[in-house]
Amino acid sequence: MKLVVLAGTPGSGKTSVLLHTIKALLSLGNNPTVVKIDCLWTEDDQRFKKLGIPVRVGLAKDMCPDHFTIYNTEDMLKWAESEGSDMLLNETAGLCLRCAPYPDGCLAVCVIDVTAGPNTPLKVGPLLTTADIVVMTKGDVVSQAEREVFRERVLDVNPTCSIVEANGLTGKGSFELAELIRVFPDISIEMKLRYNPPLAICSLCTGEMRVARKYHMGVLRNLDGFMEYRGE
Amino acid sequence: MKDVSTLTIIGGVNKEGIPENIKSIEFNKGEIIGIVGPTGSGKSTLIDDIEQLARGDTASRRHILINGEVPDVAIRVDPRLKLVAQLSQKMHFLADMTVEDFLSMHARSRGKNPKLVHRVLELANTLTGEPIALHQQLTALSGGQSRSLMTADIAIISDSPIVLIDEIENAGIRKQEALELLACEGKIVIVVTHDPVLALMATRRIVMKNGGMIDVITTTLHEQQLCYKIAEVDNWLLSLREIIRRGDLVEGTV
Repeated sequence: MKLVVLAGTPGSGKTSVLLHTIKALLSLGNNPTVVKIDCLWTEDDQRFKKLGIPVRVGLAKDMCPDHFTIYNTEDMLKWAESEGSDMLLNETAGLCLRCAPYPDGCLAVCVIDVTAGPNTPLKVGPLLTTADIVVMTKGDVVSQAEREVFRERVLDVNPTCSIVEANGLTGKGSFELAELIRVFPDISIEMKLRYNPPLAICSLCTGEMRVARKYHMGVLRNLDGFMEYRGE
Repeated sequence: MKDVSTLTIIGGVNKEGIPENIKSIEFNKGEIIGIVGPTGSGKSTLIDDIEQLARGDTASRRHILINGEVPDVAIRVDPRLKLVAQLSQKMHFLADMTVEDFLSMHARSRGKNPKLVHRVLELANTLTGEPIALHQQLTALSGGQSRSLMTADIAIISDSPIVLIDEIENAGIRKQEALELLACEGKIVIVVTHDPVLALMATRRIVMKNGGMIDVITTTLHEQQLCYKIAEVDNWLLSLREIIRRGDLVEGTV
């Protein structure tokens, strides 16, 4: 069983890239399954179902979507196996850019939109820096020079990644990505995360709604960057 | 840089999935090739196929060969090895950077000396009436300034044996000068254009329809002679345009 975790900035074209890649994988004889994780709502599962493959949706609701993904990875893999699949494609919601939901044994794919500008790779954090493959989308909207500058910035923060230029409309890059998935090894039994989740656990995490500072406890960071523990 | 003596397009399918009329076409070093056809006929897609050195993995299923061979994957993706420079239809930059930062970053991505930045700027300023400065934000440049900068950037930083140009006449810059800059000796230049001067400067032109290459026209001797005449008319119109731009009367100057 292979595990592919596809993360990326909102609106970068994760679903479209994945749809084209699934078509390529199917034409090459693979049996992919998809789990789409979102925060509150999604109808992307309908788009995946049209391809005739097993699809599941997970909504993180109150839980951090990345934590939700990690917590449910084992269950997703069991389900994929029960469907007779050889690869689980997990599309994450990934929002705060603080975590990266990539276990060490997975193929970590980060989808990033070149129209967001060449400073974006510096802002995305572990989602991008710990990825194996970086998929650059919407390259048709900018000039060749801008694509090349963007690529350089991606390599600045993640020098060992493979870069795939993809287009969610035309399907460009999907065969390249499918090939990279096919040659990636299967997962091992005990997986660990590549990057540590946030250190801070505070009263806001458990539902505190009052704003005044005196109500807050836990591991907290001040505006000037000073981090402290407040509480009993 | 790798020497490119020929570029071959192996035909794929049109928008309906029907095989294209043109099964294969080869271009030689030093040639200028035109691509013509109505809006939506697939001109930009053809240009994109060449830019990404398609290997049957794009919507058109075309294959691109260099010197008669399938090019190496590295050439396809690494800008330091790239054989293709592309001036697209884009009129604006989206990158939130200064002109200087962008150009030096681009020089770095192509493995070139960052000092080239000054030459790019100098050249860009010969193509546009509104001078560009290094400290300006890219996103604040006008359409004409952006296109001039993109053109100069391609001539100097992206200097590659294959040059693709998409509709230079809509760019608000001096198109013939720009073409001469990009199409210097020993290159293969492919230009999407309906401008009669530019189209007839090409040795051959590919006719596009419904996503497929349907014909290749070799510019006739008569057409070549006509091209000089049209260029004269074109320059005349250009001078009139300048007079109007300056706010002068056309009357009396003609």
